[in-house]
Amino acid sequence: MNSPLDSTVLFQLGPVAITQAIVTTWAIMAILVIGAFAMTRRLGLRPSRRQAALELMVATLDTQITETTGAAPTPYRGFIGTLFLFILVANWSSLVPGVDPPTAQLETDAALAVLVFLSVIWFGIRAGGVGGWLKTFAAPNPVMIPLNILQSLTRVFSMFVRLFGNVMSGVFVIGIVASLAGLLVPIPLMALDLLTGLVQAYIFAVLAMVFITSAVEDGARTPPNTDLAPSPTKKES
Amino acid sequence: MDYLSLASIFCAAFAVAFGAIGPALAEGRAVAAAMDAIARQPDAANTISRTLFVGLAMIETTAIYCLVIALLLLFANPLLA
Repeated sequence: MNSPLDSTVLFQLGPVAITQAIVTTWAIMAILVIGAFAMTRRLGLRPSRRQAALELMVATLDTQITETTGAAPTPYRGFIGTLFLFILVANWSSLVPGVDPPTAQLETDAALAVLVFLSVIWFGIRAGGVGGWLKTFAAPNPVMIPLNILQSLTRVFSMFVRLFGNVMSGVFVIGIVASLAGLLVPIPLMALDLLTGLVQAYIFAVLAMVFITSAVEDGARTPPNTDLAPSPTKKES
Repeated sequence: MDYLSLASIFCAAFAVAFGAIGPALAEGRAVAAAMDAIARQPDAANTISRTLFVGLAMIETTAIYCLVIALLLLFANPLLA
């Protein structure tokens, strides 16, 4: 059985090895972009059935963003929504026979987590300036600076190991059961895998949202005259 | 068989076996607490189950870490290379 940490190289493009995960990723990206472009070309004030479905998706996304963090959804909708949709489609792409989900490879998950890390910096700096963003590291008091720096790195690591572990273990277990038992036996496991894929995509998006808003709120907070006020409890991983 | 590979196979099995105990107990407690909360206040079931799912995935991560360690031991062991 192949090691789940290796990736299969399909062909060489000059010095760059093109793996299967890259091809799948680009196919998913093309499907999402072309689909989104084609679906939103004719939008009207009287929504057609297709437009109503799209609006339902966007409205659900907005509600989730507002309910989890209490922030206005407009600046985050694009990034969080794309993250969620991409991971969801990537996790469910294992339903297509012969396709391994790209999120079952370390590189894709690491790239996504680095994206979240950079976007935390970007949104934090945009909300409070560079000084405000740097001040978030001394959030309760300056003693916490090393711990906060460590935490901002480890939570990225834990995000990508979580996504990788969940998706990869699902694929791996299905492979083992299919090689042991036969054709129809892994179907319940595949159904469970669908649920895991949905939950992991949701959790990745929610965690990215929580990290971003924590940086934004801490950075935008006015100087520390609120020491006596009870600080709002935040969800952290 | 080399004793290093024997040791890594045993350690991989032990990592998954003992690493699954803690998350299993913790997930049981979390689900029990969420059931209790939903039974007391069925109106808040949506919020509770959403938070429960996120929390369960967090707890499950510890088991996933053990699985990743086991896979590293089995497939990417630096000592066996």
